[in-house]
Amino acid sequence: MSKFSQLLQDVLRLCSKYYPIYLSGMKNTLLLALIGTVLGCVIGFVCGVLNTIPFDPRDPFRKRALVKCVRGVIRAYVELFRGTPMVLQAVFIYYALPYFTDGAARFSSVWAASILVVSVNTGAYMTESVRGGIISVDPGQVEGAMAIGLTHVQAMMYVILPQAVRSILPQIGNNFIINLKDTSVMFMISFTDFFAAHRGVVGATYLYFPSAVIEMIGYLTMTLISSFLLRRMEQRLEGSSSFELVVADPLTLTSGVYRNPGSDELFRERSRDYTGKD
Amino acid sequence: MDREPILEVRHLSKTFGTNPVLKDINFEINQQDVISIIGPSGSGKSTLLRCINLLETPTAGSILYRGRDITELGKDVYSYRAKVGMVFQSFNLFDNLTVMENCTLGQTRVLHRDREEAEEYALQILSRVGMAPYCNARPRQLSGGQKQRVAIARAMALDPEVILFDEPTSALDPELVGEVLDVMRDLAGQGMTMAVVTHEMTFARQVSNRVVFMDDGIIMEEGSPEEVFTDPQNERTREFLGRYLGR
Repeated sequence: MSKFSQLLQDVLRLCSKYYPIYLSGMKNTLLLALIGTVLGCVIGFVCGVLNTIPFDPRDPFRKRALVKCVRGVIRAYVELFRGTPMVLQAVFIYYALPYFTDGAARFSSVWAASILVVSVNTGAYMTESVRGGIISVDPGQVEGAMAIGLTHVQAMMYVILPQAVRSILPQIGNNFIINLKDTSVMFMISFTDFFAAHRGVVGATYLYFPSAVIEMIGYLTMTLISSFLLRRMEQRLEGSSSFELVVADPLTLTSGVYRNPGSDELFRERSRDYTGKD
Repeated sequence: MDREPILEVRHLSKTFGTNPVLKDINFEINQQDVISIIGPSGSGKSTLLRCINLLETPTAGSILYRGRDITELGKDVYSYRAKVGMVFQSFNLFDNLTVMENCTLGQTRVLHRDREEAEEYALQILSRVGMAPYCNARPRQLSGGQKQRVAIARAMALDPEVILFDEPTSALDPELVGEVLDVMRDLAGQGMTMAVVTHEMTFARQVSNRVVFMDDGIIMEEGSPEEVFTDPQNERTREFLGRYLGR
């Protein structure tokens, strides 16, 4: 028991003395994860949409070649960044410039390098998630969009992606939470995130375990709050299941004011009134 | 009658892999025609409509829209599709948009009408199909018949020259078929040019001015409803209609 009270004391002491370092580390971690996820999503959506451009054997050769080329490049990008550790990617990107230019050019800020690495990495994962989301939308939606004369990009923007987002959103949340934790490897290129704060503090105090406890609690707090907020966002996106008629026409009222039984109850739309007796 | 042809289908063939679905199809859709395309399932009726709207690319032959081959339209294919409306068996309304937005999306993005104009026109057309009160509803909140009426309104909102109906009532329960057929009958009465793939023989007989019977990827018989229904020339037509008309 005395060990626990000692731990509590150590933790409190670290907190009271070094809280600005921890807090600024947390701020940097959150910011990097947020920016990286947002940019990663942009990359993922662009690549996902490019990846699903349809082509037809009767299209001109130039178009087919271009589409195939784009797909190949995206494939290579995804495999490369999904298949190597982010730590190494960071080291590669950060040290490649000075190496090739004999130190003449380098990343002006460690922020730029970190954001680049995290977003490109997230983009690789998001590309696949977006592709999956697009595939999961009923092909009839694409046909409906084509039939009224929309282009591929318009169909994506107004019809397909808004529906795909519902299945992509959990993946975005996943990536954000992974980024919150995995940005901790950015200390390799001396990015001062939450984990770097730990390294700084223990360098001065040698209180490895108490500081690790603070880190654990800190990371958990960030991820738990994030998952809560993400879940709220998903519910928001589901929208309301009822609607209001515009005109109070008695004839339409009888058939119109009606709560949707829910999308999971296909074929049961009349079960409320229809009892099977008549 | 000499009405100018809107669409001429010439020697159209379509194969999926090695499987021929359409074999040397020839026919035309003239102004104000209401054509019913009937025939057993798998006879290529839907594929024919889908080729006309370029949802499928024809393997051989040509489809002329006002004399211009539609397989060589390039970028004009988008405005062509707006001119040729399509109503699907499975509705294919945009699930993420309201009834109103379903009817304005094409108007604003393809025809570049401004939003207010598009909404006003959409409302006008929605009330013609009896769906104006539901303009804020989403497709999943509607019954099948209501969805199909909205789908018809979505096609009409683009002022098409012809509307293609691909089995518009086949996914509906018998009670809801009537409301959709009424809307289509109304449209035909107002001079809309229509090509309807259907299993509703009463509709084909009463509303259309021409009936096309297809089987096995070939147009077996074509003629006025009286000719085809009362005195079919082709043995296969007789057999098929006998089953439907209970003779």
